[in-house]
Amino acid sequence: MKPRQKRIALIAGGLASIALAAVLTLNALDSNIALYVTPTEVLAGKAPQGKAFRIGGLVKEGSIKRQDLTVRFIMTDTAKDIPVAYTGILPDLFREGKGAVVQGKLGSDGVFAATEVLAKHDENYMPPEAQHAVDQAKKGDAK
Amino acid sequence: MRQSLIHWFKYGSPQSFYPLAGRMIPWFWAAAALFGIAGLWISFFVAPTDAQQGEGYRIIFVHVPASWMSMFIYLVMAFWAGLGLALNTRVSAMMAQALAPTGALMAALSLLTGAFWGKPMWGTWWVWDARLTSELILFFLYLGFMALQAAIDDPRRADKAGAILALVGVVNIPIIYFSVKWWNTLHQGSTINLTKAPSMAQTMLWGMLLMALAFWMYSIAVALMRVRAIILERERHTEWVKHAVE
Repeated sequence: MKPRQKRIALIAGGLASIALAAVLTLNALDSNIALYVTPTEVLAGKAPQGKAFRIGGLVKEGSIKRQDLTVRFIMTDTAKDIPVAYTGILPDLFREGKGAVVQGKLGSDGVFAATEVLAKHDENYMPPEAQHAVDQAKKGDAK
Repeated sequence: MRQSLIHWFKYGSPQSFYPLAGRMIPWFWAAAALFGIAGLWISFFVAPTDAQQGEGYRIIFVHVPASWMSMFIYLVMAFWAGLGLALNTRVSAMMAQALAPTGALMAALSLLTGAFWGKPMWGTWWVWDARLTSELILFFLYLGFMALQAAIDDPRRADKAGAILALVGVVNIPIIYFSVKWWNTLHQGSTINLTKAPSMAQTMLWGMLLMALAFWMYSIAVALMRVRAIILERERHTEWVKHAVE
């Protein structure tokens, strides 16, 4: 083997072993890298007990209720629901039927006391007319 | 085959690459200006308002091209660094060194515009999700590469150390790209995918692609300018540089 080929082989081998190490590390860290858990996971007891964590999902349609400065709504992943109470400023994109991530603690009464509410938007970009057409089509399907 | 290899190796020597780079630079600047003007015009005046985010989404026309470039420049930089390490070609290492500051700029731009976008839409400047964190690591990798190269006086040793760091950091690129797929993140998924049609209006897509092209041309132009400066600095003891700067 020429020195040049030897160096190329060393580099390739080095890259392969680093990639393997990265894959194993990320696999081991898997659940810690996730920013949030879903309502289903929370109710299955997978959320940290007595510590703050984040729940991600959709804001259930028709669930937002305002009471003085406190907002109550339900986070859902369409399978399971978790009621949330939050006092503070909501982001503009926080809407019923849209994605959100809430941070806080789960109370003993089953209500999630949020200290921070973030809106999660999707990766679709379209003009309002197109959005309107999509909404109409969805309504048509529902009937 | 032989013939074409010799042709390519010719430009591996700093002396012949220097004037070639000099001839290419004005063209890349012109292309950058052209694509930039067209891209900005579409971004601001032609592309429609977004149904969800209103006018605020328009920062995408800088954010996405900057993020793409920050990842792509790293791959190119690592490629040149690896080539320099394997074949001991001098210009390769200089190319890697010349690309790093532009890559760092793109990563910083991506993080900044992301923060400006995140505050009104998500409700936060920053969140430690996988996409944002891995992009921050990319920014630090660029800074680390530049610092390491600057810290070692002997250019050959500096190139070797930098190349190893650059190659190790390549692992981070697929992590950034696939982070929104692999883990729960606040950052949304990719709008542009290889496997399905892009989920954005046609004119928005055109604006973004033109801006991406402008960023490409700008990056190539500044990288070539920088590599010329590096060539002059490193080859300052040779006869041809003395003639070139006269």
